[in-house]
Amino acid sequence: MADALVEDVAIEAPRRLGPFKRFMRHRLAFFGVVIIAILLVGAALAPWLAPFDPDDIDIVNRYAPPASPGHWLGSDDLGRDVLSRLMFAGRISLSVGIAAMLVTVVVGFAVGASAAYHGGWVDAALMRFTDIMLCFPSVFLLLFVAAFVPPNLGSMALMIGLTCWMEIARIIYAQILTLKQTDFIAAARMVGAPAWRIIVRQILPNSMAPIFVAATLNTANAILLESYVSFLGYGIQPPEASWGNMLTNAQSAFQVDPWLAIFPGIAITLAVACFNFIGDGLRDALDPKVRD
Amino acid sequence: MADTLVEAIGVSRLYRANRNRVVRAVDHVDMKVGRGTTLGLVGESGSGKSTLGRTLVGLQTPSLGSVAFEGQDVAGASGSRLIRLRQQRQIVFQDPSGALNPRMTIGDTVVEHLRVQGWTRADARSRAQEVFEQAGLSRQFLPRYPHEISGGQRQRAVIARAISTDPAFIVADEPVSALDVSTRAQIMNLLRDLQASRGMTMLFISHDLSVVAHMCRQVAVMYLGRIVELAPRETLFRMPLHPYTMALLSAIPIPDPARERTRQRIALIGETPDPAAIPSGCRFHTRCLRATDICRHADPPMRQATSGHGFACHHPLEHLR
Amino acid sequence: MEIAAPPLLEVQDLSVSFANTRAVDSISFRVEEGETLGLVGESGCGKSTTALALMRLLRDASLTGRAWLDGVDLIGLGEAEMRAMRGSQVGMIFQDPATALHPMVRVGEQVAEVLDAHLSLSRAETKARTVELFRKVGIAAPEQRIRAFPHELSGGMCQRVVIAMAISCGPRLLLADEPTTALDVTVQAQILDLLRGIAGQSRAGMVLITHDLGVVAGMADRVAVMYAGRIVESGPTDQIFAHPLHPYTAGLLASIPQLDSGWDEPVPTIPGSVQDKGAGSGCPFAPRCSLASMECRTAPPFLAAGGGRMVACWKAV
Repeated sequence: MADALVEDVAIEAPRRLGPFKRFMRHRLAFFGVVIIAILLVGAALAPWLAPFDPDDIDIVNRYAPPASPGHWLGSDDLGRDVLSRLMFAGRISLSVGIAAMLVTVVVGFAVGASAAYHGGWVDAALMRFTDIMLCFPSVFLLLFVAAFVPPNLGSMALMIGLTCWMEIARIIYAQILTLKQTDFIAAARMVGAPAWRIIVRQILPNSMAPIFVAATLNTANAILLESYVSFLGYGIQPPEASWGNMLTNAQSAFQVDPWLAIFPGIAITLAVACFNFIGDGLRDALDPKVRD
Repeated sequence: MADTLVEAIGVSRLYRANRNRVVRAVDHVDMKVGRGTTLGLVGESGSGKSTLGRTLVGLQTPSLGSVAFEGQDVAGASGSRLIRLRQQRQIVFQDPSGALNPRMTIGDTVVEHLRVQGWTRADARSRAQEVFEQAGLSRQFLPRYPHEISGGQRQRAVIARAISTDPAFIVADEPVSALDVSTRAQIMNLLRDLQASRGMTMLFISHDLSVVAHMCRQVAVMYLGRIVELAPRETLFRMPLHPYTMALLSAIPIPDPARERTRQRIALIGETPDPAAIPSGCRFHTRCLRATDICRHADPPMRQATSGHGFACHHPLEHLR
Repeated sequence: MEIAAPPLLEVQDLSVSFANTRAVDSISFRVEEGETLGLVGESGCGKSTTALALMRLLRDASLTGRAWLDGVDLIGLGEAEMRAMRGSQVGMIFQDPATALHPMVRVGEQVAEVLDAHLSLSRAETKARTVELFRKVGIAAPEQRIRAFPHELSGGMCQRVVIAMAISCGPRLLLADEPTTALDVTVQAQILDLLRGIAGQSRAGMVLITHDLGVVAGMADRVAVMYAGRIVESGPTDQIFAHPLHPYTAGLLASIPQLDSGWDEPVPTIPGSVQDKGAGSGCPFAPRCSLASMECRTAPPFLAAGGGRMVACWKAV
C-alpha cells in the first residue's frame, strides 16, 4: 500500500490569465464597463444628483440650447431640464432592460433545461414552441401585447422578457445536451440524484459562461426594445420619462431643437453598444478555447 | 465455487442509429460474475464491452434480456432495494477528465455523491477524507479542482468516489487507457489492492490484454456484441480456443525486440465490420482464415471445453499437450 | 578508412519555446538513410512538438538550433521552400486519421492533390499513380475506393490513405506521429506491418513517434527516449531494451505490464507523475528518481556512452 500512497504535489493550474484579467484586456469591454457604471450611477442617484426635478415646467426657458446657464444639456418644449430628464429616464430604461433580462434568463433556462434534460416529447414540444416563438418579430409581438396590457415598468419588463427568452433557451439546450453525455452526469444519475439536483449542482455551474454572455446581450436588446415601444407611444407613458418617449416629443420638435433628439439617442446608443461590448468581452474571457 | 453476484441473462442492447440502421452493441450475452472474483472483459472497438459493463452496473437498461444482482432481477426495483442497488454497484470511468465535474472540487464531488444517497454533510466529509486516503490522495487534495491535478490523481479521485459507498460490485471501464504509461502501473496496483482488501467483485474492461492479465483471474473476449471465449486467465493466454483470441494475443506489441522480430503473427483479413451490419453465421467469419461454409451460415453457440472454459467457434484451435 | 556518409536527418541542439515555456530543450539526434528511429516518451515530453517543429508547422513557437535534411537546413528555410519540402521530401503521418483527412473531399482527390502539388503529371498519370498507391498500401478494390469519402472508410483504411499521401512523392524521410494509437490492436498490427514494408522497400528514413515501447521494439532500429523536453537516452533498440542506462528508461520498461509473466505481482512503478518537474535547471527527472543526489541539481550533459549510445545522467553506469 506504500506505493499507492504517493505524496503527490498538485501541479499549478496551467498558466493562463484568469477570466477577469482576460476581460480587462479587451479594451472595448473595459470601456463598456466604465460607461455603464457611469450610466447606472447617474440613474441610481438621479434623485440626489439631478439639478432639477424632471417634471419642473418652465415655459419661459423652453428650447434652451445645450450649455445654457443651469441647463447643461438644454431644456425641452416645456422647459424641463434635459439632463435631469435623461437621468430619471435612465432609471426607467435601465431598470426595464435589466428586469427584462432577468425574465429572459429565468424563462429561457427553465425551457432549455427542461427540454434538454427530459428529452422525448417534452424536448420536442418545448423546442418546437421555442422555434415558433422565434418566428415572430419581437417588436411586432411586443406592440401587439402592449395594446392590451397597461404599460408600466413591471409590465414592460415582463412583456419584453417573455418575447426574448428563446435565444437563451437554445443556448442552454445545446449546453445541457452536451453535458448530458458526460460521465460525471452519468455518475450522478446512477446514484439516484433527482433531476433538479443535477441541474442545480452539476449543470448550472458549468453553464454560467454562456448565460452571462447571453444575459448582457439580452440587456442591450431589451433596452432597445423598450425604446422602440415607448417611442411609438405604446410603452412608458408621459409625463414619466424614458429615453424612448423622450424621442417621441423630440421628433415633432426636430426642426426647432434637434438636441432634444440627440441626447436621448446618444444615451440609448451608448447603453446598447456598451452592453454589447461587455458581452463580447465576457464571451472572449470565458471561452476556454480562445487562445491568449 | 463463488456464488453469482451479477448475472446477465440474454442481454442485448440495441440502438436505432437512423431509419435503416439498428446497431446491436450487445447481442444476447449470458454471463455470470462470481462474488469476490475479478473478470476481465476484452475486445476492440465495436465489441460492446463498454456497453455491457454499463448495463451491468445500471447506467443503462438492456433492450432485451435482464440483469440480475444478488439473484434478483434489477428491473423495476424500487424503495430500499433500489437504494441498495445504487449503493452496491459503482463504476470507474475511462476518461478522468470527463468523469469529474470541472466546476466542483474533487472533495465536493465525493461529498455530493454521498449526500445524494442520504448521507449528512458531516458524515460525507469524513468519509470523503477516508476514501481519498485509501486512494492515495492526501488531505490537501480535497479542495482542488480537476484541472489543477494530474491525470493519475484525477483517476484516483474517480476511484475514491466509486469506493465511497462501499460497493460490492465495481465496473472499471478502461480505467488506465487514458493515462501515461508510468501512471498506469500505479492505478493498476491501487485497483488490485482495493479489490483484494475489500473483497469487491470487479469487472475490468480493457482492450489491452497485458493489463487485463495483471488484474483478473478470469477473462472474457468479446467481438461485435458477443462473448466469443471465456476462460480462466492462464488457460486463455496459454491455450486459447477461439481464433480471434489468438489473433488478439499475437497482435499485441511486446517490448522485447528479439521476440518482436521472431514472433508469429496471426493475420486477420480486413477490419471489424459495422455493428449495424453484423455478418451472418459466425460474426467473425469475414476476418477468419479458418472460416468454412458452416461458419458463414450457422452462428456457433457457446460450448464448454472444460469446466470454466467456454468458446463459440465451429473450428476451435487445437493445442498439442 | 571509410568516411561515414552524412546522415539523412541531423538535428543539433534543437529547442522549441512557446511564450515562456520550453517544450523541447536542446535535443540532438540523427537518422540514417533506410533507418527507423523510434522517438519515445509519455505525454508532454515534447516528441510531437519536435516533429511539428522540424516541419515548421508550429505557430507562435521560436526555434533555435539546426536540423539538416540531406544537407538542407530546415530551420532556416523560407516558407515557400518549406512547403515544397513537405509532402515531397518529407512525408507525414499523424495520429488521428479521422482528422487528418478532409471530410468533404474524396480520398483519391486528396492523394492526387499531393501529387499535383509536387509533380507535374497529366490527369491520367495522376489517377493511375493514385490507384497504384492505394494498392501499395493494401486497400482492396482501389479503383472504386478512390471515390470514397473518409467517413465511409474505417479507421485503418483512413490511415492507409494517409500513408499513401505520405509516400506519394517518394519522400526521403517519413515522420509518423503515433500512427497507430487511435487504431484497434489487430488493425495496428496490420498498419505497422505496412509501414515496416514501406520503410524496407524505399531507402527512406523514418522517425516513429510513440509512447508504446512494444511498437518501438518491433519497428525501430534505434531509439531515443524523451523526458520533459530532453532526450535522456539514445542508442540501438536491442541495447536500450536489454540494458537501459537512464533510470527513467529502466523505470519505464519495468512499469509495462508483461503479457505473459508477473501476473500476480504488483507492477513496478515510477513514483510521482510527469508533471513533477525539477525546479530550475537541474535534471528534470530528479524528483522521481531513486538514484538522485546533490549533483543532480545541475542538468547532466548528453554524452556518448560507447557502442553508439548516448545518455544524459550522472548516474549512468
